Amino acid sequence: MQLITCPWCGPREETEFRYGGQADLAYPADPSALDDEQWARFLFFRDNPKGTFAERWCHDAGCRRWLRAVRDTRTYVFAETGPYGSFPRRSARPERSA
Amino acid sequence: MNSPVPPGAALPDHPDFLWRTPEPKPSYDVVIVGGGGHGLATAHYLAQNHGITNVAVLERGWLAGGNMARNTTLIRSNYLWDESAAIYEHSLKLWEGLEDDLGYPILFSQRGVLNLAHTEQDVRDSVRRVEANRLNGIDAEWLGPDEVAKICPIVNVSDDIRYPVQGATYQPRAGIAKHDYVAWGFARRADEAGIDIIQDCEVTDFVVDGDRVTTVRTSRGDIACGTVALCAAGHTSVLLDRLGVRTPLQSHPLQALVSELLEPVHPTIVMSNAVHVYVSQAHKGELVMGAGVDGYNGYGQRGAFHVIERQMAAAVELFPVFARAHLLRSWAGIVDVTPDASPIVGHTPYANVLVNAGWGTGGFKATPGIGWAFADTVAHGRPHPLVAPFALDRFVTGALVDEHGAAGVAH
Ligand SMILES: Cc1cc2nc3c(=O)[nH]c(=O)nc-3n(C[C@H](O)[C@H](O)[C@H](O)COP(=O)(O)OP(=O)(O)OC[C@H]3O[C@@H](n4cnc5c(N)ncnc54)[C@H](O)[C@@H]3O)c2cc1C
Ligand SMILES: [Zn+2]
Repeated sequence: MQLITCPWCGPREETEFRYGGQADLAYPADPSALDDEQWARFLFFRDNPKGTFAERWCHDAGCRRWLRAVRDTRTYVFAETGPYGSFPRRSARPERSA
Repeated sequence: MNSPVPPGAALPDHPDFLWRTPEPKPSYDVVIVGGGGHGLATAHYLAQNHGITNVAVLERGWLAGGNMARNTTLIRSNYLWDESAAIYEHSLKLWEGLEDDLGYPILFSQRGVLNLAHTEQDVRDSVRRVEANRLNGIDAEWLGPDEVAKICPIVNVSDDIRYPVQGATYQPRAGIAKHDYVAWGFARRADEAGIDIIQDCEVTDFVVDGDRVTTVRTSRGDIACGTVALCAAGHTSVLLDRLGVRTPLQSHPLQALVSELLEPVHPTIVMSNAVHVYVSQAHKGELVMGAGVDGYNGYGQRGAFHVIERQMAAAVELFPVFARAHLLRSWAGIVDVTPDASPIVGHTPYANVLVNAGWGTGGFKATPGIGWAFADTVAHGRPHPLVAPFALDRFVTGALVDEHGAAGVAH
C-alpha cells in the first residue's frame, strides 16, 4: 500500500483517501449560457494521460479535506501533494470537437 | 467429489503456430489498431462477412496480451437496457456457434450465472432486470435463496452473514470460455483469409490530411491506410490524444486472481454487486475471482493489494469453504471505463477513423458480437444498428445507456 502525504495530516495510508479524478476543472461561470456540447464537455470529458496527471484526492478517513496531487499514471508514484488550488494549472490542450 | 480424470486432462495441447508473421505492407484498406479480442474478431468478420481482406491488425505487444489475456471470461447477456441487451445477446448467440465457425476449440461452457441480491433494493432492481431481459427474449429467472443453494450449494445462504442472500437472478445460458483459444481461433481464421497480423508494432502517431488520416506511424514504419479501426481498449485515449479528439474514457487498473487448482466445487458463476466479488471455477480447477476497478486512473497493469484483500473478504463471507484456499496469482489489465458503463463505438471527428472502446470491465463477452457489428460498421462506413446507440455523441445528446446496475462489480 502506498503512503499519500496529506498536506495537513502528513503521510497516511492510501486506504484513507478517495480518488477525485482530474484536478482544476472549474465550474462554469455561467452554466445556463453553455450549449449541450459545452455542458457535456464539462460534465463528462476528462483528460486520461499515460504519465503525469494532476488530480484531486480527498482525505476521507482523516481531515476530510481535498488535496491536489501530481501522480504518474504509469508507476502510480506521487510527485507532489499540496492543498487544493496551491499550484498552477496547466493550460488546456488543443482539441477537435466530436 | 472424486473425478476419475485429473482436472485439465481434457484440454487440448498447446498449438503450433496458427498464423504467419508477416512484414507490414506499405498500405492497407483497413488498419485495425490493437490485436486483442475485439481487433481480431473485427478482422475475422471483415473477411468472412464482407470479403475485405487487405487488412492489417497492428499490435504493440504480443497477440492478445492485453485485457484479452487477463480477463476472467464471464459471458452473459442479462443487461438491463434494450440497447445493451441487443448487442450482448447477439454476441451470446454467436458464442453458441463460435467453435464451429472458427473450427477451433474455445471451451465455451454454459454453466449459468447467478447475480445475487442482498438488500430490498437489490431485489427490486433484480426482478426488474429479469422482466426486462424476458421482454428482450433473454433467458432470465428470479430465484429465492433455497433455489440459489440448489444451483450452487457452496454459497452461504444462511441468515448468519452480514448481508444475507435474498435471492438471485439466474441466466442459464451464461458461461465462460478459454480466452487464449478464442483469440487464437479468430487470429487463425483472419490469417487464413489473408489478413496480416503484425505483432510488436506500436502505432505512435497519425498523418492527417484535412478530416482524414492518411497514414499511421508505427514502431515498424509508416503504413498508409484507407480506414483506421481503433480497438486499443485502455490505450484508446492515448491514441485519440494524438488526433486531438477528447472522449470521456478513463483508464483504470482492473485486477483478478486465481487460487491453486482445486477439485470441482463451484458449478456455476456467482456475482455479487453488494458484497463485491464474483467467482467461477476454471476448467483446470482454479477459482477465478475479481471485483471492481482500482479507484485511480492507471496504466501500470497492476493494482493495489488492499483491493484484492477486500475482494477476498467478500469471497470468504459468501463462500466459507474458500477460507483455506491459497491465492496462486493475481494480475491486472488496463480497462477503459465510461461514465455510463457502456461502450463507445462508431464515428470520430475524422471521416475514416472509427473507434471501438469503453468496454471497460466487461468487453470479453462482447468479443464476437462487437467484432461482427464493428466489421459491418467499417465495411459500410456507417454504424451498424447494434452499435448506433453507443455513439460518442450520446454524451452531448444525453441519451446515455446507464448500465451501472447490471455492470457494477460485474463483468
Ligand atoms: C482483470 C480483468 C477481468 C475481466 N473480466 C471480464 C469478464 O469476466 N467478462 C468480460 O466480458 N470482460 C472482462 N474484462 C474486460 C475485457 O477483458 C475487455 O473489455 C476486452 O478484453 C477489451 O477488448 P480487447 O480484447 O480488444 O482488449 P485488449 O486485449 O486489451 O486489446 C487491446 C490491444 O490494443 C493494443 N494496443 C494498445 N495501444 C496500441 C498501439 N498504440 N498500437 C498497437 N496496439 C496497441 C494492446 O496492446 C492490446 O493488445 C476483464 C478485464 C480485466 C482486465
Ligand atoms: Zn488529512
